Amino acid sequence: MKTTTGAHTGTGTWLLQRATAVMLALALPLLAAYFLAALPLDFAGWQALFAPPWLRVLMLLTATALALHAWVGVRDICMDYAHPTGLRLALYLAVIVTLAGSMAWLAVILFDAALGRTA
Amino acid sequence: MKFCLYRYRPESGEKPFMQEVELDIDPAGKMLLDALIAIKAQDETLSLRRSCREGVCGSDAVNVNGKNRLACITPLSELTEPIEVRPLPGLPVIRDLVVDMEPFYRQYRSVKPWLVNDDPEPEVERLQSPQDRALLDGAYECILCACCTTACPSFWWNPEKFVGPAGLLQAYRFIADSRDEATPARLDNLEDPYRLYRCRGIMNCVDACPKGLNPTAAIGRIKALLVKRRV
Repeated sequence: MKTTTGAHTGTGTWLLQRATAVMLALALPLLAAYFLAALPLDFAGWQALFAPPWLRVLMLLTATALALHAWVGVRDICMDYAHPTGLRLALYLAVIVTLAGSMAWLAVILFDAALGRTA
Repeated sequence: MKFCLYRYRPESGEKPFMQEVELDIDPAGKMLLDALIAIKAQDETLSLRRSCREGVCGSDAVNVNGKNRLACITPLSELTEPIEVRPLPGLPVIRDLVVDMEPFYRQYRSVKPWLVNDDPEPEVERLQSPQDRALLDGAYECILCACCTTACPSFWWNPEKFVGPAGLLQAYRFIADSRDEATPARLDNLEDPYRLYRCRGIMNCVDACPKGLNPTAAIGRIKALLVKRRV
């Protein structure tokens, strides 16, 4: 009889979701407070808000945590409901492309101006 | 009292339907199983499982007014009418309130629910300290009624891959046992995105367990052991 065994994976993914949740719980209120304190905003004020490099780094780190957290969550949903392997792989790919693309786009928005170019 | 019972007769070719039943019964001191047996006395075509009628054998688990419970220890007086009785969700229905428990048992078997110890047998029994024995409290009392596992959406979606709360609680029962020597193999068996990590801690299992056990806590301890082993 064939014996059942695990894939020996899953713990890292689970830990990643927990770790990114902690990061988001700390960073999101901080960022929200920072932006809300600056209200009301015009365009110049909005640009000034993003001037400090630490803020842009924090924004990028938070967004990375959000993307990783979302990846684990959406992957879980796909594993629950999308049972044909081909469909699940296609969905994974679509999610990865969307998340990685959004991250790259955000990086360009945040750091292009810093490099002296206009977006 | 008014009842609404799930009826399914596979040989009739009809779809399952809900049957309304009136029963003249005084709810004082009576359990739901008493009512079901009285209904069966009126209409012997009603099929259900029961054995010990005192919450020990776990064979009369049914879905009552939307919650999985043991009919034999559910007081009639605490149920609102009409009392809707359905078979356990998520398992194939064989007839009326009788479900095919095989998907549940298959997952239970997959965690090797027996003591693995290759040491020579001692003269007397394998002894445990009171502290080691206390680790099994809350884990060994499971009667395998399947109330928890069939209340778990993760088991509904992936019954052939997710071990389910009852199976994982039993897996933990042997991991926690000081006499068992197979903990690394047991953790290998469970470390899997489907077998263990389909559990997302919604705790339907804790809500459903008629023995007041906490499979979610046991699953948390398994995860903690896996994390300890990894980092």
